[in-house]
Amino acid sequence: MTVKALSDALSLTVFTLPDPDRAVSGGYSGDLLSWVMGRAGENHAWLTIMSNQNVAAVALMADLACVILTEGVTPDEDLLRRAGEQMINLLGTASPTFEAALALGEQLK
Amino acid sequence: METIKLVYPVDGGDLIEAGEASSKMKLTLKRLGLPPDVIRRASICMYEGEINMVIHADGGEAQVEVGMDEITIRMTDTGPGIPDVDQAMKEGFSTAGPTARELGFGAGMGLPNMKRYADELAIETEVGRGTVVTMKLKIPS
Repeated sequence: MTVKALSDALSLTVFTLPDPDRAVSGGYSGDLLSWVMGRAGENHAWLTIMSNQNVAAVALMADLACVILTEGVTPDEDLLRRAGEQMINLLGTASPTFEAALALGEQLK
Repeated sequence: METIKLVYPVDGGDLIEAGEASSKMKLTLKRLGLPPDVIRRASICMYEGEINMVIHADGGEAQVEVGMDEITIRMTDTGPGIPDVDQAMKEGFSTAGPTARELGFGAGMGLPNMKRYADELAIETEVGRGTVVTMKLKIPS
């Protein structure tokens, strides 16, 4: 499924969506950046509450399909700017991380 | 293809800005048409190296060589050195300070990730003099 379709299905907040047709193949949840780079897979949706611009760098290096900020977290200005520059899809939800992961899992079944 | 040599300075000033050198390298490797998997692994290795340099060594320099069948990333700093490399290689061991941790770093996964994603990892370090981390990644034909 594409990031755009996932975003629509889960009614996610769109902070920036420069690469809407990117395919999502799985998901990963975590807030320790190196842990995410070690464990998340290519084209995964990443659920996190971290909102500084290093999040965009991690998503870029690890070839993640999108970042979903959970728990109502919003990106800081620098993250929003860098995500746009580096073609990183940045979405959000008010749902707690666990609920968001469940919903993501349902969509990817 | 001749060996391509790239040099990227790593600014030690600001952890928030870290990743510039890795981003540039990633773009160059994409332009060279290398396989996505090796680009991904090289990018993560270099970004981890960059983060370590900013946190621990006030920056340094990354040299990247792209040959026919191998990428070599050599990251050189004149920081404090690593007193116990075996300990530093353990997942979860970190000497990063509170500022790095607040940003999501300092999980003690940097060097383990380099080992995970590089085909070869060599660390030359001397306390008080600095560290050279060399990573080699094979390019699948």
